[in-house]
Amino acid sequence: MSLFDWTERDLGVPGHVLPVLRTPDPMLSGRSDPVDPADPKVVQLAADLVATMRASPGCVGLAASQVGVALQVFCVDVSGHVKARTAHGVFVLCNAEVLAASQVEKGREGCLSVPDLTGDVRRAARLSVAGVLPGRADQLTLQTDAFEARAVQHELDHCAGMLFLDRVAGAHAVYPRRRYL
Amino acid sequence: MSLLAVTVIGHDRPGIIADVTAGLAELGFNLEDSSMTRLRGHFAMTLLCAGDHPAEDVERALAPIGADGSLLISVWSVPPEPEPEPTGPGYLLSVHGGDRPGIVSAVTRVLAQAGGNITDLTTRLSGDLYVLLAEADLPDDVYVADLAARLAATGRELGVTVALRRQDADVL
Repeated sequence: MSLFDWTERDLGVPGHVLPVLRTPDPMLSGRSDPVDPADPKVVQLAADLVATMRASPGCVGLAASQVGVALQVFCVDVSGHVKARTAHGVFVLCNAEVLAASQVEKGREGCLSVPDLTGDVRRAARLSVAGVLPGRADQLTLQTDAFEARAVQHELDHCAGMLFLDRVAGAHAVYPRRRYL
Repeated sequence: MSLLAVTVIGHDRPGIIADVTAGLAELGFNLEDSSMTRLRGHFAMTLLCAGDHPAEDVERALAPIGADGSLLISVWSVPPEPEPEPTGPGYLLSVHGGDRPGIVSAVTRVLAQAGGNITDLTTRLSGDLYVLLAEADLPDDVYVADLAARLAATGRELGVTVALRRQDADVL
């Protein structure tokens, strides 16, 4: 199945909106563990992540550590975003890892866990990532670019216990958030 | 020709920069470098200017701008400094975590003890979250991984996250 065709309905369970942790919660600085993507608890977690992302205006991705679960699971959906080129719609990846990354570009990022600040971060604009959909066993490869690539790398950082604040491009690269989407 | 440093800090309002620089221009001063920002809503500006009047005269000329007590304007003479030697890629120190006294002093002390020189720094307090970002030059003989480990250890003692990494050069 193509990632383009996948939706949260494929999870088969309803998601619940979970509270999102904010810095300086130490949970956000810890590394997450690999998961068994077929575990029903992981499938439920995936549904909850998507439901929480959907309930948060302007949110284009959410990692499990942000809802207090130190597991390598995150969701992304950049559909319709003005900075997106390739957009696979909504997807959830478990145990994702970067296969290739190139064409570094600087761009502005925000984070539900750092609600009052944004920052300029250098990220690869061409990205290839391997991961597994929740409830599945086969590994798939995601090839993407531009804003979706940025969102995936931001979520992969969460899985490694990093925030955009750890990667900003310079001393003047963090800004007060001017508006809440 | 002498070099003067002018600092202006106080209540922000439209026109402070226009007023201060007009006063300097009337005395024939040339602006050589400047930095202005708002710190917790306060206007804060430092500028260096070159001209032929002593600092006392310039301070007197600018005094009316802050006469209502809302702005503190100071002027003093500074020696010319040589342009810094071009160095290799700089490093970026980032610190974030729960606000508490002593974060900046503890972390920057570790950097200073290694001979690191901070060239730019901003801090932000957002609710409980304290963020420090500093650009720094390091001596060539510093073992960066070791320094990063010492900084991280200091961060753990303070309950904050500290990272030191090389700043990427701009691709033009």
